[in-house]
Order: sequence, then C-alpha cells, then structure tokens
Amino acid sequence: MPASVDSTGLQTTFDVARVRADFPALHQRIYDGRPLVYLDNAATTQKPQVVIDRIRDFYLRENANVHRGVHYLSQIASDAYDEARRLVAAFIGAPDPSQVIFTRGTTESINLVAATYGRRHVGEGDEIVLSAMEHHSNIVPWQLLCEEKGARLRVVPVDERGVLDLEALERALTERTRLVAIAHVSNALGTVNPVREIIRMAHARGIPVLVDGAQAIQHLEVNVAELDCDFYCFSGHKMYGPTGIGILYGKAELLEAMPPYQGGGDMIERVTFERTTYNRLPYKFEAGTPHIAGAIGLGAAVAYLNGLGRTAVAHYEDELLRYATERLQEVPGLRLIGTAPHKVSVLSFVIEGVHPYDAGTLLDQMGIAVRTGHHCTQPLMDRLGLPGTIRASLALYNTREEIDALVEALHRVVRMLR
Amino acid sequence: MAELHNDTIEARARQLVEEFALFDDWMEKYEYLIELGKSLPPLEPEYKTEAFRIHGCQSQVWIRPEFRDGRVYFKGDSDALITKGLVALLIRVLSGQPPEAILNARLDFLDEIGLKAHLSPTRKNGLAAMIEQMRRYAQAYLQASRN
Ligand SMILES: Cc1ncc(COP(=O)(O)O)c(C=O)c1O
Repeated sequence: MPASVDSTGLQTTFDVARVRADFPALHQRIYDGRPLVYLDNAATTQKPQVVIDRIRDFYLRENANVHRGVHYLSQIASDAYDEARRLVAAFIGAPDPSQVIFTRGTTESINLVAATYGRRHVGEGDEIVLSAMEHHSNIVPWQLLCEEKGARLRVVPVDERGVLDLEALERALTERTRLVAIAHVSNALGTVNPVREIIRMAHARGIPVLVDGAQAIQHLEVNVAELDCDFYCFSGHKMYGPTGIGILYGKAELLEAMPPYQGGGDMIERVTFERTTYNRLPYKFEAGTPHIAGAIGLGAAVAYLNGLGRTAVAHYEDELLRYATERLQEVPGLRLIGTAPHKVSVLSFVIEGVHPYDAGTLLDQMGIAVRTGHHCTQPLMDRLGLPGTIRASLALYNTREEIDALVEALHRVVRMLR
Repeated sequence: MAELHNDTIEARARQLVEEFALFDDWMEKYEYLIELGKSLPPLEPEYKTEAFRIHGCQSQVWIRPEFRDGRVYFKGDSDALITKGLVALLIRVLSGQPPEAILNARLDFLDEIGLKAHLSPTRKNGLAAMIEQMRRYAQAYLQASRN
C-alpha cells in the first residue's frame, strides 16, 4: 500500500513494511535461524531507529546535567529535556508542560500519587475504588496506603467478557470515596474502559480519577483535557520509547497542592536547616538528576508516532486485531479470554488440555514471543477462574503474516501436547 | 535395572545425552521431552499437596521422596507437560541413588543436552528449584541415617 499524505503533511495510510524497516530488533533470527515474531508488546515494545539514534546522539554530543550548568552543553541538554516535555504535553493534550512529570514509569507515577495526594487526603474509613481488572501496579500502592491509613479498597466487578460493571461502579461511589483508580485499557484482556463516562460519574460526586494509561497511550488518541481526568499515568517503554522513563500528568491545582514525593536537588527553591521551600511544577516532583536521555528518547518516540499519524495507526491496529481474533478461532479448543466489544491489541486465550506455560515454551522455540501466566493481574485471573492465559499483544509493526505464523504454530502446539 | 555399580548418575545422564543427540531439531527434542513427561509414572493424587509442592515454577510441580535401603526414590508430577518432562529427566537420573551421590552430582547433562540454552528464565528457575528440593531431601535422609 503506498503511503499518502494529507494536506497537513501527515501520513494518512499505513505502510507496515516501511514501518517495520524502522525497527532493527524485528529483523533478527533466533534459535536455529527462525525469524522473530514479536507478540509481547504489552510487556514492552521494540524501539525505532530514530529513538535509538536520539539517545546515542545525546550521549555522543549533548550530555550534561540539566538546569544546573552555566555552560554550553548544559544549555543544549536542558533545552532538549524541556523540548521532550513539551512534546509529551502536546501529545496528550495537557494544557501546560509543567503538568507533565517525568517518572520511572507507570508504577512510579501511581506510587507518587499514592504517597502524596493519597497520604494527604485518605484517612481512616475512607475508600479507594478500583476495578477487578487492574494491574498489580494499580492495586498494591493503594493497598499499602490503605494499610497505613486504615482505609479500604472497593473493587468494581467485571463480567465474563471482561467488561466493567458501570452500575456497580456508580454504586461504589460514596461520600467515603477519595479516589477512583482505573485502567484505561486492561493489559490482560485488552478491554477499553469507558473512562470518560467513569470520570463524569466520579466528578459528579466530587471524586478525582487516576487513569492508568500504560496500555492505552500507544494505541488510542488520548487527550487528558478532554477526558478531564485528574491524573494520567503511562510508561515510555510500552510506546516505542526507552525503559526507565514514564509520565505522570496531573491537574495543575492538584499538583500544586500536593506535598513533594522525594526530597533532593532540583526540587527545592531554597534550603535552610530550618525550612525548605519547594520548586515550582514540574520540578517539585523531580528530585535529583532525572533520566535525561530517557526523557529525550521518549520525546523522539512521541515525534515518531506523530509522524505516522495516530489515526492511521489506530485504524491499522484495529484491522489487525479483528483479523487475529477471527483466525485464532480456527485453533481447536481455543477460547479467547476477553471479548469486550471495545478492545485494543490484546489476544488472551486458553486452549483446552494445553497448559499456557507449555504453549508459550513451544511457541518460543518456533520464534514466536508471547507471554503466559497471570500478567500481573492475579485478582482478575481468580475472578475468571483461570491460573493464567497465553497472551499475544499486537503493536503497530505486526503483520497478518505474523498472525498466520502464530495460528500455524498453535496448531502444532495442540498436536504436540494433546 | 542395570548392574547396580554401573548404574551411576553419570551413566544415566550420559545415556540421556545420547538419546537427545538423536534429534537435531529443537522442536523434536521438545517432542521427546514431552514424551518422557507423558510416560512418567503418575504421582498418587493424595501426594499432590502443598507439602510436596515445588515453588518457583509457573506451573504446579510436586516431587515426593522415599528412602529405602539407603537410596532415595523420587516420584513427581506437574500440570504442565514440558515441566513434567523436566521432572522425568531428573527422576531418571537421580531416583534410586544414594543420598551422597545425589548431593555430589554435577548434573552437567542438562547443559550438554543444550536444555539450559533453550529454557526461558522462568523455566530455568523452576528447574533449579526442583534440583534444590531433591538435594534437600537427600541431605535430610543423609542426616537421619547418620543419627
Ligand atoms: C495496565 C498496566 N499498568 C501498569 C503497568 C506497569 O508499568 P511499568 O512496569 O512500566 O511501571 C503495566 C505494565 O505491564 C500495565 O500493563
């Protein structure tokens, strides 16, 4: 398919062969020379050459600490770091770059909110509302907070298809609710939760909402201002950027009112032994030397995604998911786990008489990378009565041929194990 | 069973290495491992309990030891077939050996078969946990027989 360009210069169609050429790691042969079929993208995505080059260039020519030096390189590094923040802010529709805080990833973003906003506002007998499909990263920080404060978690159930029970969510919102923390997209099932509606419901009662966007940001167009979410968290490494860098977006008035997370350099305005005043946003939450190269690399990933065109990517991924969903049904005994009407990327499944772990091992031998197990969602697996699933998760560089290879390999797996 | 003094861990391991060497394709080696798993005599359901469970595996694994005439006999099972194949390998090499031999065995055959290079990190951890538990049983019997 030739790529065409619209009047604004954005690519409107999607040429997957050209896109694949941007990702060096995809063109490997593994084991006895089998071509790598990488279908573990919900765990982490591969990186395009532009991201790799950007990080390399930073270390080759621009490396210096940020916001501290009086010298040439420090200015270059600081400018690049600030520019990355502006890129991310524009990418998610944040009103101002100062609302975009660099963290280590989704996990740290959530922990930051729990340790600051949570500690300040959650007290004995209060409640935090979560869904039954949360990743452990969006459960355990709240559990720790509840233990400390004598508060408790209210868990909103999901049905057999992996769809959230919105009525139950509405009922769970009470005068004791201090926060709703919810995944935008489920990493184990691919369900897209109706976060806009959830946010509206919560706000009607004056309750803030944190959205775990770790599995959404790389697939959906996210606009935090339109969503009106209070916090939005995601990881660079799942959106074609480097590991070790992530984002916490927050509403300005909430971030302003929150106490700092960690103490150290950069987050201060003035330190005396009697009293310290804190720096303005976002620096108040970025103590110490940040992951400068990571932030700049993430900026390059954002620019890369913008260049491909978000709509074109979403359209391509949706078609691929439909194709894969259809083709997987051909495998004898295969049952899809997660059949919500609105889904992205994730194909979780079990096969009658086949242990997921065995299937994963044999697929790996055939060059196909999937994940097996509970996917850091043990409560969800308990709810579904499963010890785990096999999960293939798609990214923008996956192809129909790779889905065909997966289906063929699964046929062989079934023959070998039954 | 072969002559007792020839029936060492090393001899049994060497034989397994030779058997696996017959296949050059890794899928075939896995097929053989699965066959070994399928033909492992089952562990009685009453022993598939927490007490005999090996932790550190993505699948459930049980190994039960018995001590008779100065030797340790193992039975085992898993809900995953490849894991069961690994259990079968270890049992074939270690079961019926004296505790000292089990404790001193180097178990290089797993490398020689090439298994370690072809096992995922989680599988390697699981395998290490099984070996460790079998050695712990041997150690306990050794201790008990000395007292
Ligand atoms: C939904 C969801 N939340 C949180 C996380 C944690 O992300 P990270 O490990 O990058 O902090 C993940 C990663 O698997 C996830 O899928």
